[in-house]
Amino acid sequence: MLGFGADLLWADMNRLLAFLFHQGVLDEQFLQLQQLQDHTSPNFVSEVVNIYFHESEKLLNNLRSLLMEREFSDYKKIEIHLNQFIGSSSSIGAKRVTSVCIAFRAASEQDNRAGCLRALEMLEHEYCYLKNKLHELFQIEQQRALAAGVRYPMQHQ
Amino acid sequence: MGNQEKGKGLMESQNSADKLTALVVDDDKLVRMIHQGLLKRAGVKNEAVKNGKEAVDIHYSGQRFDIILMDKEMPIMTGIEATKKLRSMGILSKIIGVSSCTEAKKQEFLKAGIDDYQVKPLTIGVLNSILEVVKARK
Repeated sequence: MLGFGADLLWADMNRLLAFLFHQGVLDEQFLQLQQLQDHTSPNFVSEVVNIYFHESEKLLNNLRSLLMEREFSDYKKIEIHLNQFIGSSSSIGAKRVTSVCIAFRAASEQDNRAGCLRALEMLEHEYCYLKNKLHELFQIEQQRALAAGVRYPMQHQ
Repeated sequence: MGNQEKGKGLMESQNSADKLTALVVDDDKLVRMIHQGLLKRAGVKNEAVKNGKEAVDIHYSGQRFDIILMDKEMPIMTGIEATKKLRSMGILSKIIGVSSCTEAKKQEFLKAGIDDYQVKPLTIGVLNSILEVVKARK
């Protein structure tokens, strides 16, 4: 029964991943991350993604603070934050977030404040969506690991 | 006995040629973690530092690496500054510029002395092709 539960959860995980790939939320770089997870680094993906969340929230706060300044003109700083965001987002396979960051950077290169503000809103929306979906994925993975873990002692009986 | 020793010596030199070393230079903790994970998977002994100055300092301390993965934008000392400095120190390691910057900025990085430029993120496939070139050179 519990083994059956683990299999169902495995199917749920794969369905969610397929959905996220189909929607363009994630790309194959996320699969590369999974390939780096092994018995010596069993939580590699969740550790990397948690660092990504932590760093991204700092970057988003910095971007918003900069653009909300009355006398804002430091587009170079915006560009630095965005390059970092692009680098980290593409490194975990966050495809849609990366695309929005690139568009944001283009607006910044044109000193287009209104364009930057619009891009920031879109970025915050996409990031929020990604974070929720990845949390959902990790929750299913945790439940599956628990279900699979309880199964093994029963097999020995 | 002599042949065994000779065989052992040949094996040792082949093993040392295969055991590449790499330095990851990036201010982003996440990117350092991923690149170190990629290198570990490929069997490459590696270290990581947070900016160009630390990359230069680690070389001043006498350490040498076959490959340096160098980010471009970093605080304290950028990838461009660090690359120029390392080349002026006579460091001949293969330096791969790894960044998410635009095409125009890439040229500046190449002029500084990197051997190759790759857009972030590095993939397993790209890293393997870099390692093949370095192994062949070694």
